[in-house]
Amino acid sequence: MNLNVTLVAQVVTFFVFVFFCAKFVWPPMIKAIEARQKQIADGLSAAEEGKKSLENASKQADEAIAQARARASEIVAQAEKRVSQMIEDAKTAAKTEGEREKAAAKSEIEQEVSRAKETLRTQVATLAVAGAEKILKREVDAKAHADILADVQKQL
Amino acid sequence: MAAAGQELTPTSYISHHLTNRTISLGDGPFWTLHLDTFLTALVLAVIGFGFLWWVVRGATSGIPNKRQAFVEMLFDFVDDQVKGIFHGNRAFVAPLALTVFVWVLLMNAMDFIPVDIAAAFTEYALHQHEWKPVPTSDVNTTFALALSVFALMIFYNLKVKGIGGWIHELFCSPFGTNILLWPLNFLFNLVEYVSKPLSHSLRLYGNIYAGEIIFMLLWMWAATGLVGQLAGGVLALGWAIFHILIVALQAYIFMMLTVVYMAMAHESH
Repeated sequence: MNLNVTLVAQVVTFFVFVFFCAKFVWPPMIKAIEARQKQIADGLSAAEEGKKSLENASKQADEAIAQARARASEIVAQAEKRVSQMIEDAKTAAKTEGEREKAAAKSEIEQEVSRAKETLRTQVATLAVAGAEKILKREVDAKAHADILADVQKQL
Repeated sequence: MAAAGQELTPTSYISHHLTNRTISLGDGPFWTLHLDTFLTALVLAVIGFGFLWWVVRGATSGIPNKRQAFVEMLFDFVDDQVKGIFHGNRAFVAPLALTVFVWVLLMNAMDFIPVDIAAAFTEYALHQHEWKPVPTSDVNTTFALALSVFALMIFYNLKVKGIGGWIHELFCSPFGTNILLWPLNFLFNLVEYVSKPLSHSLRLYGNIYAGEIIFMLLWMWAATGLVGQLAGGVLALGWAIFHILIVALQAYIFMMLTVVYMAMAHESH
């Protein structure tokens, strides 16, 4: 255990390597480690953001689906309403048409009846005139007695 | 590994393994250089820091390979320790701590190589009859480290507090600013400043040196016969396992004390 120049040599060696370490070994490694730590932190925050935006997107999607569903049921309801309306309209239209046709047929029938009555009346008048001619055994001037005939016809 | 013709006694065995290979750089005992201590420490430093430099040069901030992950683990460990004690710019103190830790750990780890295997290598490969393989069991190394740290401590005291501030601290802490307390404060600080490098260096030296001695005693016992072989072998195994802890622990303690001293130099009272 004797102290000698070895001590000085070791001091020099020590400071040389301390300098070497502080200059060439420590900084690049720490820089790399810190860069990686930053990368990891950035990645984590990006992942967090992605998660948040995914949540947002799914919320929006849910909203859109709910809206679409509501709209669809509205449309269905409207369609159903329209259908029943149309059915109702068609029923009404058919009823009116039926009524109208029924009325037309009725009036036609009435016309037919009145025409038949007219014809019958004329024929009956003619028959009556013929009968009266036969009864009176003389010719009745149809022209001269037209007013009488008409009167008769009216009374039928 | 005693030289031929020399009788192998316990004393000669131990003293042989604890004798430094010296060269003289000039007149007087001071100019003796322990070539083994100096060269072993230098080679270990070159290997250790060369490896770190090699890994760091190829370091990526992307996915690290296993080599880089290992080195990063070391850096993180040192940086965490420094962060816990030293509150300030770590640009110098952290690499200082890393250097101390790695170098001391490597020098201590030379103790893992059984002395006679190390001696066989230096004897036959390097043709050096005497070669003490553990640099930290040389008090020159531990004192060199402790005094370097001490010098840095003084430097940072002056840099952070200024000469006036440091002298004020020397006289006015820890007991108070009363003028009657000045001598007491100064005496207290003097003892503290002297004891710091002494305890710092001698703790490491004593642990490693004692570890070596115990190994040698066990190896000598192992040379005495069958019972000695078995008992010495078992005990040496136990001591070697325990020594793994000592080697790492002493390097860790040395680093932590370095950081603590640096932190104390940066904090004003």
